[in-house]
Parts: sequence; structure tokens; C-alpha cells
Amino acid sequence: MELKKTFAAATMLAGTMTALSFMSAGAAQAQAQGELVMYCGVQEEWCRAMTTAFERETGIKVSMTRKSAGEVYAQVKAEAANPRADIWWGGTGDPHMQAAEEGLTVEYKSPKLGELQDWAVRQWEQSKQRTVGIYSGALGFGYNTDLAKSNNIAEPKCWADLLKAEFKDEVQVADPNSSGTAYTLLATIVQIMGEDKGFEYLKALHKNVNQYTKSGAAPAKAMALGETTAGIAFMHDIVTMVVDKAPVKVVAPCEGTGYEIGSMSLIKGAKNMDNAKKFYDWALTADAQKLGADAKSYQVPSNKSTPIPPQSPKLSDIKLINFDFAKYGSSAERKRLLSKWDNEVKNLPK
Amino acid sequence: MSRATLGWIVLSWVGFALLPWYGFDRSAAPTLADYFISGSGLVHGLRGAWWLLPILVPLGMALIPVARSSARPGTWLVASGLLGLALIVLQGFTIGLNGWTLDILRALFGEPGPNQAGMGYGAALTSASFLIVLCHGLAARGWCRGDTFVTSSIGVVIALIIVFVFFPVTTILASAFADNSGNFAPSEFVAKFMDKSIWGLDCLSSDLRCGVAWNTLFLGLLVAFGTTALGLAFALIATRTEFRYKKLLRVMSILPIITPPFVIGLALILLFGRSGALSAVLWEWFGVPRSRWIYGLPGVLIAQLLAFTPIAFLVLIGVVQGISPTLEEASQTLRAKSWTTFWTVTLPLMRPGLANAFLLGFVESLADFGNPLVLAGNYEVLSTKIFFAVVGAQQDQGRAAVLSIILLAFTLGAFWLQHAWLGKKVYTTVTGKGDSGIPLPLPRRVALASYFTAIPWALFTVAVYAIIIVGAFVRSMGRDYTPTFEHFITAFRVERADWGLYFSGSAWNSFFATVKVAALSAPLTAAIGLLTAYLLTRQRFSGQRSFEFGTLLSFAIPGTVVGVSYILAFNVPPIEITGTGFILVMCFVFRNMPVGVRSGIATLSQIDKSLDEASLTLGARSFTTMRRVVLPLLRPAIVASLVYSFVRAMTAVSAVIFLVTAEYNMATTYIVGRVEAGEFGLAIAYSTALILVMLLAIVAIQLVVGERRLGRRSASGAPSPIAVQAIP
Repeated sequence: MELKKTFAAATMLAGTMTALSFMSAGAAQAQAQGELVMYCGVQEEWCRAMTTAFERETGIKVSMTRKSAGEVYAQVKAEAANPRADIWWGGTGDPHMQAAEEGLTVEYKSPKLGELQDWAVRQWEQSKQRTVGIYSGALGFGYNTDLAKSNNIAEPKCWADLLKAEFKDEVQVADPNSSGTAYTLLATIVQIMGEDKGFEYLKALHKNVNQYTKSGAAPAKAMALGETTAGIAFMHDIVTMVVDKAPVKVVAPCEGTGYEIGSMSLIKGAKNMDNAKKFYDWALTADAQKLGADAKSYQVPSNKSTPIPPQSPKLSDIKLINFDFAKYGSSAERKRLLSKWDNEVKNLPK
Repeated sequence: MSRATLGWIVLSWVGFALLPWYGFDRSAAPTLADYFISGSGLVHGLRGAWWLLPILVPLGMALIPVARSSARPGTWLVASGLLGLALIVLQGFTIGLNGWTLDILRALFGEPGPNQAGMGYGAALTSASFLIVLCHGLAARGWCRGDTFVTSSIGVVIALIIVFVFFPVTTILASAFADNSGNFAPSEFVAKFMDKSIWGLDCLSSDLRCGVAWNTLFLGLLVAFGTTALGLAFALIATRTEFRYKKLLRVMSILPIITPPFVIGLALILLFGRSGALSAVLWEWFGVPRSRWIYGLPGVLIAQLLAFTPIAFLVLIGVVQGISPTLEEASQTLRAKSWTTFWTVTLPLMRPGLANAFLLGFVESLADFGNPLVLAGNYEVLSTKIFFAVVGAQQDQGRAAVLSIILLAFTLGAFWLQHAWLGKKVYTTVTGKGDSGIPLPLPRRVALASYFTAIPWALFTVAVYAIIIVGAFVRSMGRDYTPTFEHFITAFRVERADWGLYFSGSAWNSFFATVKVAALSAPLTAAIGLLTAYLLTRQRFSGQRSFEFGTLLSFAIPGTVVGVSYILAFNVPPIEITGTGFILVMCFVFRNMPVGVRSGIATLSQIDKSLDEASLTLGARSFTTMRRVVLPLLRPAIVASLVYSFVRAMTAVSAVIFLVTAEYNMATTYIVGRVEAGEFGLAIAYSTALILVMLLAIVAIQLVVGERRLGRRSASGAPSPIAVQAIP
């Protein structure tokens, strides 16, 4: 019988403790001077490196939470009535643009703006000064060299090569409904080939696609494991696999390719706006942008004087198209293209 | 008036006049004075927060029956409680952080109006006291035979469900009827609801895909049948046979439940994927061509069967144990063959267990997120579709809400069917009568069938876990099998600093937070769940069905939707708890409570009510009866719900993605990040550490709660405890 008493007592104790410890924790979660709440949209390692470097430099304590870009957007939107975060750093540009369009983020002109590459400044202009480019990564594809060799597949060099019969059921790409990466592919193909030809291409590609994955980087991992021969993803994601010694080769398509702009935005109603702006300016410096490569992220930094990591795909080897982020980032155009893709491509028989 | 009632009236005053009414601003550093009196609702009220002063009226009303014994206490208490709660709710929802919250008030009284922060300890205590006073008043007026414990329990559970389930869920489901800018647009709902991608039936006539709703339903039914059958096989072997490795079988069947998400999926890919270990063997030895069959329905089905069979097992083992051999012996005495006995007596007596196991399997499959994410390939299910409707390139919350409504409808359908099937039959087998005989050995064919399903399955589980363990200790599973500890060192490094140990590994932070949240939510979940089960089976009150339905609601709604709805509901006053660990605990308690309720109901429906009645007749109050008679008999259900809620708090993904903060980061979000980055080794290593913690926790729970000892002799003829021991 003692047991039951203990149980009941323990339950009550736990209940009280929960309430007390967490409510006081919530209260103690002070955001006074010297604090910054950051939502981080890149890989954990990079987020951590940025956090510690900024703390060391300024003494401002950073509370960092890592989430994918889409998750950060959903959270910022849900919290709009009483914002929790001050700055949203990293993650692909589309959700940043969407947040800018909906007024979830605020305008800011950083003194460091002049040091940035043109594409980063263009992002800032197109979003009405609400988000700025901090890195970019080109879209591309890769293939598993072991599998290609054993199946006698010649090295693919162009988008068109992926349509060859030897790639039947051997290409993997994400579903554009769920992944920004795959949406970038959709928009890229439409911009390179025109909308009608582009959809013809995607329909032909559909026959070779073995799986539309949910997450954009999943094809890179599947290639590394040998689950698929070819995969379409951002080139820096494939490079990460190569650095990890996977038998994978990265290809910059010969027709040219689109790219993403990883972005940074200040949250509207931020409680530590001054610190957020400090971080904003600091994150645009070459010193801060160097941290990416150390954390095994091989995107191309936006500050002109940041050294480009040697593992990064050489921008000189990549034919970048003039990607129209304003048009293809707008929610109306995105909805239209996605539903067209759903109706005309996704439901085709193989 | 009882002393308990008096105590609650005093507490309502304490909450209003002494404790801080508002939660502290996050930038504030409260002094002791802020905690007492000066931050109280009374002082705030006198200093300008006029809307708090009317609360004094119900506080005073509760005192009237105290002062005048001639007053009818029930009526006054009910009025006081109702008015108090109404006033608190009214002021809380009309006066927000930035002034009036309703347009009409802004128009009437001008902008922005008064503002206030979220509620604090004082407000919480006063509200709780009003609630209890109300319930005591109802009891005094004769509700539930005047039993204050019963009325208070019902009141508290209902209030909690309203606050932590209905309130957030309605907030988000309302968005199903709104367009993207938040305006009311029912036509959008119809368009989204009738979408071909949801209800299409193309797969029947051609090789096109079927709608996501049919996919989900089909998968759910398969998983529910499979887990119930496997769970029953395990339960029969564990209780009714003399199989030598019973213990081992039990551990094995529990393993999948304590495995973090993604891990089973990853292991299956590493085994059966095109480059998987088993596929390689099959190709080299038997010439079976490598294929991608694992991606799609087969893969998700296998993973979900692995993951959810233990739940069926946990529910069924209590039920199988509880079946009284008396009835079986009676059947045999009447010359029924053992197969006939099993088919017509034993199996029907298991109905509540089977139905509950089936329901849980179905609902779990519908809500599962991790496995379809990794394995579903082109086979789409609702849970992942909802997740990506919120966070994917579509960013369409309304669509997510519509899909959630469909998911909810399926769950409710299953719930209704279960009720219809169980009917009004009686399943009581645990009675106060003494020795009830020896359980029959299983009929031969049933035993064989059990062995043939359970043992291969157990071996399969072993293979999956072997892969997981190997994966944690090699550099890169599937590519590079160099043994290494680097994953563990990255995650769990501990350094010795001058001032003591420094946990520098990257996983420690989330590890401690997870263990803390899980350890706090488990006992709360079990307590609330079992209390609810007790109320549902042992008490009769109007609205019982909708009450039962309410307990199931949060379980049926996909995690992503719950996560977003918690932010929408709890990020602004009156209840402002986002960013704290408290919200995580509450989220887990109310997501996992249904398992406590279900297993509690399944077990309670076997226990004869005459046991309670005997206790009541002997003068015990219902609280004492519950504590001394019902609880000891509920041990299997207690273990099941404690284990389940602890484990789920450590392994849930989709619900917590939006609730974690820098301070309260959860293990699973860390693992998701690692999987996203392709660092499978680290993810698996962290998972094995979590599995170890959960195993320890389960053993500890078993030890603390103990086993139920019924008046059953085991077939082996070993001396058995007598019935009296079961009812101390």
C-alpha cells in the first residue's frame, strides 16, 4: 500500500515541480540587454559556429534554435501576434521572400551592403529591403560513380542527359510541393527552356524518376548510399557527400542552372532589435561568412571579400541563369506552377 | 461545509490577493515583493486594472455559506464558481497584449484600450479554486451522489481537456474555412476538400495513383490488423505457454517502441534497400535482382508493424492475464474441445483488448510521421502531406487543416466502429471471488499459429537492431565499415574543467532537456489518463460520450497540426506559455493521455464493479476505493501508460518541431537535423543512447509499480499468491 501512496505523492510532486520549474524558467528566460533570439535555417554545425563566434565577439548571448527554412517560416507566421525571435538567419530564399511579402519581417539597410555580391543586393531590393542574401548555392545533379561504372552509363553532363533511356528509374529528385530545392528545379527548367518546352522536359524526366522524395537534400544521400544512380539537388549538398568520401560526382549542367539565395531577415516586432541589427551587420562581414566552410557547408558566401571554400563548386565552371526571384518567388506564380506540375507531370503514368 | 471546500475557498483568495496575478515578463527580474501581495490581482485591480475587481464578487459569494450556516451552500458555491470562471475567461480573452482583442470593442471604446500580460500563478490558482468550488457546489446539490471527489475529478479533467485540447485544436481547424489572408471562405474549404489528389481512385482502373485519403486508410487498416494479430500472438505466448525464452520475447517486442523515429526506417533501408545488406546477399547467392520495393507501401507497412506491435502487446497482455480461467474451465467441464473453448470463450472475452489494440494501431498508423517520411517513396499519406502543407513550398495552412479534418474523421470512424462492435456486453472476469482455477493451455493450432507469427517476427526485429547497433559504431553505414567511436564522442563528450565536469558533446543539451520533459510528463499522463478511464467506466454522467471523444481528439490530430495549434493558442495572453518547457510537458501529456485512457478502460472493464461496491459498502469513500482497490488491480495499465508516455515524450517528432527553443531543444529534433545533414552515424549513435535510457526507465517503472497479482494459479502448478493479496 505504501507503494500507491508513493505513486500518488510522486505524481503530485511531479505536477507541482513541472509547473514551478517551467514557469519560473519561462520567467527567467530573460531577454534583457545583451540577448538575441535567433532562428537558424542551415545545418546545425554552421548555426553553432555562428552563435559562438558572435557571442565571443560581442558578449551578446544568443539563443539559437535550428529548423528548416519552411519550419521557421511557419513558426514566425504563427507567432506573428507576439514574436519570439529577433533574427532569422539562413535557409533558402523563398520562405524569406514569402515572409517579406506578408510583412512578417522589416526593412533594414545595413552599412555592409556595399561589400556584397550583386545577387545578394538584388535579393534585398526585390524584397523591398526586407531580406538580404548571405550565401548562394547552384542547383545541379550528381551521380554515383560505382553504379554508373557497373551499368556502363556514360558521364551525364547536361540536363538533357538525364532523359536518356539508361537512366530509366535511376533519377531521384524531391517533390516541388514539399521541397524548395525541387521548386527551384521547376522554376529553373521553365526559365531555361520556356514554360511549354520545360514541362515537356519534366514529363520526360518523370519516366526516369524512381522517387519524388520529401526533402530536397534526400537525393544526395540516396546517391551516396547507392539507392539511386543520379540525383538532383543543390550542388553544395552533394559536395558534402563527396567530402564524406562517398563515390559521388557533382555535375554542373551544361545548359546552365538556377540557384538559391540563402537569406537573412529581421523579425517584425523583435524584442532585441538593436542586437539583431548588430548580428545582421556582423553576419555580412567576410570574417563571419568564413565560418561556413569550417562547418562543412560549401555554399558561396555573399561578401565579395570572403574566400570561397576550395571544395565549393567553382562558380566559373557553372553557367548561372539570370534567375527571376521576384516572379518565381511570388506566391501566386508558385501556386500556379505547382498545380500545373501536379496535374500534368506528377500524375502521369510511368 | 467540509474542510476541503473551505480550503479551496481560502486558496481562491490566496491566488487573488497574495500571489502574482500576471506571469513575469521575460526581461523582468522579479523580487520577493513581486511574488507576494504587490503583484497580486487585488493590488493590480486597485492600481488601475479595473477589470480585475469584479472577481471580488464571486470570491465574496463563496464566503456567504461559510458565514451563514442557514444559506444553501450548494447554490452559492455553484454560483460563485461559475461567475468567477466566467469573469476570468471574459477579461482574459477580451483584453490582450496590445489592447482590445475584438474589433467591436475597439470600435465601441476606442483603440487600443487597456492591455495586460499573460496569466501567472495567482490567476492559475484562483481559476483552479473556482473550478473546484463549483464542483463541490454541484456535489452538494446531489450530483454524482454527492461525491466531491468524483465531481471534482470530472471537472478538472474536462477543464484540462478544454484548455489543452479543444481550445488549440479549434483555433487551427478554423483556418480550414479561411483563405490565406484569414478571411472566412467556405468555398475554399469545399474546393480543397474535394481535391482529386485526396479522393482520386485512379489506382483501381489504371497504374495511376490513388488519392492520399485512400492510401492512408488502406495502410491504417493493414497496420491495425497486423499489429493486433502480432500483439495477440506475443501476449498469448507470454501468458499461456511454457515457451522457454518468454522473457527474451517480451524484451524484443518492447524494443521497437523505444526506438526513436527514422531509425527503423534507416535500418530497413540499410537491410532491404537496393544497396542493402540483405539485398546484396540475395543477389549474390540467389540471383534475386536488386530493386527498390522497400520504398512505398511495403516499407511503411513493415516499419509501422515493427513500431506499433508493442503497443498492441502492452494493451493485450493485461487483458489476456485478466481473463478468468473459471469460465474456460466451465466450458471444458461441459465437454467443449480446447479449440471450441478458445474460440467461443477466451477470444470473445478478449474483445475489449482486441478492439482497443486495433483502434490504437489504426490511429498510430494514421498519425505516424517519421516512417512515411523516410520510406513512403511515392506512396503518399496524410501525415506527411499535412506536414509539408505547412512547411513545404506550398505554405498553405488551410490545406493542412482540411487534410487534418479528414484524418480526424477517419479516427472518429474507427472509434465509433469500436464502440459498435463491443456493444453493451459484459467482459468482467476479475472478481472478488477467490481462486479461479488454472488457465488452460492454448489449443495446439493456436499455439502453433502464435509461434509461427511471433518467432520469425522476433528474429526480424533482432536483425533490424543488429543493423542499428552496428550503425552506431562504424564510420558510415553502408559505405565504410571502419569501426569507430567518433559518433559517440561528438555527441557525448565530457571534459574535465577546473570547476568540474563540462559536458561539451553536441547532444548533451537536448539530451538533458528531453529526459527532464519525459520524466515530468510520464507520471502526469498516467495519472490523468487513468483517472479519466476510471470516470468513464465507473461513473455515469451525462455527456460521457463526448467527454470520451474529447480525450481522443488530440491523439487523432497529426503532430504538426498540434504543434502549430499550440503556438497559435498559447503564444498570446491569457495563457502565454510558448518558449517554456511547460508547454512541451502539456503537449505530451495531452497527446499521450489517450493510451492511458484506453489501456485503463480495457483493464477496468474486466474488473468486477462489486469489488468497488464492497469497498464503498464498508464505508470507504470513492477516493479511498480508487486508491486501495482499483489502482492495485490497474498495475498493468499503469505500467503501460507510464512506459508509453515516457517513451513517446522522448521519441515524438512532428508535434515538438515548433515548440522547441534554444533552452528546451528535444533529442528528436536534433536527430532530424542530423538525418537531414546525412550524418546517419551520429543520428543512430544518439538513438542507441536514448534506447538505453528508455530501457532503464522501463525497468525502473516496472520495479516501482510492481506486478499485479491476481488469484490465478499458473499452469505449471507453482505455488501462487492467493486472491486476498491482490486487494491489500
